[in-house]
Amino acid sequence: MYIYDEIDQKIVDQRVEQFRGQTQRFLAGKLSEDEFRALRLRNGLYVQRYAPMLRVAVPYGLLSSKQMRMFAHIARKYDRDYGHFSTRQNIQYNWPKLEEVPDILADLATVQMHAIQTSGNCVRNITTDHFAGVARDEIVDSFVWCEIIRQWSTFHPEFNWLPRKFKIAVNGATSDRAATEVHDIGLHAVRADDGAVGFRVVIGGGLGRAPMVGHTIREFLPWQHLLTYLEAALRIYNRHGRRDNIHKARIKFVVKEHGVQRFREEVEAEWLQLKDGPNTLIQAEVDRIERRFTRPAYAKLPGRDAALDALLAADTAFRHWHMRNVHPHKVPGYAAVTLSLKQTGVPPGDATSAQLDAVADLADRYSFGELRVSHEQNLILADVALTDLHALWGEAKKLGMATPNIGLLTNIICCPGGDFCSLANAKSIPVAQSIQERFDNLDYLHDIGEIDLNISGCMNACGHHHVGHIGILGVDKGGEEWYQIEIGGNQGEVRPGMRASLGKVIGPSFARAEVPDVIERLIECYLENRDSEAERFIDVAHRIGTEPFKDHVYGKADPQSPRRRRQLAAS
Amino acid sequence: MAKLIRNRRVVADNWLLLELGAGGALPPVPAEGDVIVPLTVWLARRDALAVRLGQTGVWLDSNEGAETVAADLRRLPLIAVRFAAFTDGRGYSTARLLRERYGYSGEIRAIGDVGRDHLLNMQRCGIDAFALREGEDAEGALQAFEELPASYQASVVEPQPLFRRRVAG
Ligand code: HEM
Ligand code: SF4
Repeated sequence: MYIYDEIDQKIVDQRVEQFRGQTQRFLAGKLSEDEFRALRLRNGLYVQRYAPMLRVAVPYGLLSSKQMRMFAHIARKYDRDYGHFSTRQNIQYNWPKLEEVPDILADLATVQMHAIQTSGNCVRNITTDHFAGVARDEIVDSFVWCEIIRQWSTFHPEFNWLPRKFKIAVNGATSDRAATEVHDIGLHAVRADDGAVGFRVVIGGGLGRAPMVGHTIREFLPWQHLLTYLEAALRIYNRHGRRDNIHKARIKFVVKEHGVQRFREEVEAEWLQLKDGPNTLIQAEVDRIERRFTRPAYAKLPGRDAALDALLAADTAFRHWHMRNVHPHKVPGYAAVTLSLKQTGVPPGDATSAQLDAVADLADRYSFGELRVSHEQNLILADVALTDLHALWGEAKKLGMATPNIGLLTNIICCPGGDFCSLANAKSIPVAQSIQERFDNLDYLHDIGEIDLNISGCMNACGHHHVGHIGILGVDKGGEEWYQIEIGGNQGEVRPGMRASLGKVIGPSFARAEVPDVIERLIECYLENRDSEAERFIDVAHRIGTEPFKDHVYGKADPQSPRRRRQLAAS
Repeated sequence: MAKLIRNRRVVADNWLLLELGAGGALPPVPAEGDVIVPLTVWLARRDALAVRLGQTGVWLDSNEGAETVAADLRRLPLIAVRFAAFTDGRGYSTARLLRERYGYSGEIRAIGDVGRDHLLNMQRCGIDAFALREGEDAEGALQAFEELPASYQASVVEPQPLFRRRVAG
């Protein structure tokens, strides 16, 4: 955890007071609806279908058990007893009262939390790998760099009214678990031959209605220049981003319209003016930030635990969970554990206050009091001793958070959709549920293997459907809800060598009731075509293209009974 | 006379702001008094304007960057930066570039959709005078400068970022 110093705390406290004043002026009729709208958005406050929605930042997805308990407290006191974890490593409350939001913010500030810049056309929460600091393939601890960027971007005076929102993601490992190629700016840590740390800078990715994969505009930016370079890129964007058309306002359109080469030259020319100026980072600051992070006091443990091995051999259910939800750790004797928020029957990412409290307890007892939120909308205990895994599994099961589906079909990323969001074309949560219900056979799920299925309720793509191996998009046809299916999307180099890619639509859309059948067809086609279990759905989709899938779904190929297929595959 | 905030005080404004005529026609410039002319007027008649009785400033629209007047800064006692809408943040870059890159030390005045909740960032970007939009309470708006006294970044009013101030302090 990054622990605030007095100034960090003061900045957050000041903002609560400023926002309280703005809310009061609005309620007193002294601030127009339009103006307050823009101001409250800077503080994560939307007005949605039924009520305001408050988005609270979980900077780079890392939080303490104490902060998690505060989330539970807020759910209980100000909301309907639950919160929703988003794909941007934030938490959202769907039912707060406008007048009470300043109080919520004041409560949050007592545990070093805030809603600063969680929406609006400014630099948003910086996101990163949910295994930062513990991954075996770590190059740098990305949390440190995220915090440096968080401070730089918080109330940046020049970049508070950008053409559009701005999302930065940082990846500190060999694998990219932060989908950095589909962010406005993605930063990849690189270590030069002499050991010097720098970043590969990717600009112009993004999802939404015109999804694009970003371009590398600099292969190696020495860390000292991180902030001056960001400042240069943001300035070019602030000055040249389109302001006449909200749908063409993201930085990706500047990159596209100017061309990568010209855009690069513009950024580099601006940077030359700023380079070596006061914003040049210094080692003392990096060290200071690093020191303000509390680190787990790991025990010296053996890399294997015989008791664990025996339990794994004896218990299939535990083994399944271990296989899917337990991840390698750089410190011997420890593992990272995903607590799945994807239990069938519960909207993906939702958690009740009781669950939040219980998870905080688990974090205290099993993981040095820290938690992470993943962009796949799950929670992570990053530092669990191998000797504790079995006990933790038992407790997670009781909480409904041990669904052994991480990386599998039912670990669906899903936006709030038509149940909550006023922009939606269609509901998304019931679709996720019907798929989870259809694929309820665990053996079959494990046989299908790794696959990302993502659902968005409209083309804004909050559910990352473009980068799902299977993506589902809610569309509106004459006032009715329909669903378009894409395949072949990939969020990024989760496995080295496989860059991010965007899915392709397989054909005309479907009614909601048909969606589980269609998914089943896609899976059948995959199973028929894979050359071994090691070849994942996405690998097959890239190898054979969309045509065979299309034929199988729309019936050109011989349609065997899907149910029978499933039974065969499961047996 | 319209109210203006200059250097955190409400003062009377004696500058006349000239707009372009219909179809972009250049307006006549009065022979006397202090005026702020559109950039096109300045570029077209710079030398004639320099010898008028009274001061001449220029205003930049949201899409007109600092570089357009960079060569003339010594002749300009005032540059106004127009915010077409408060959500259009280009003027922040313009002001900052005028101060930091081109070293401009005259008055930079925010005009257009300028409201209380934007003064602080404008000031941090080097704007020191604010022609508030219709309906704003100028005295009340002064409080805005007291908000968020601590900040992380380097800015025109605080040339060192917090991390360098921390090391020094
Ligand atoms: C319910 C209120 C929400 C509203 C009104 C909303 C609105 C939007 C809009 C308009 C965009 C498109 C922006 C663009 O392309 O320029 C967008 C993108 C996005 N939103 Fe949401 N969203 C909401 C909730 C969420 C939630 C709950 C999540 C996480 C599950 C989320 C995550 C994202 C992500 C990841 C993008 C991605 C694409 C990108 O920025 O390139 N949003 N949202
Ligand atoms: S994708 Fe569309 S429906 Fe889903 S949350 Fe975003 S804006 Fe709403």
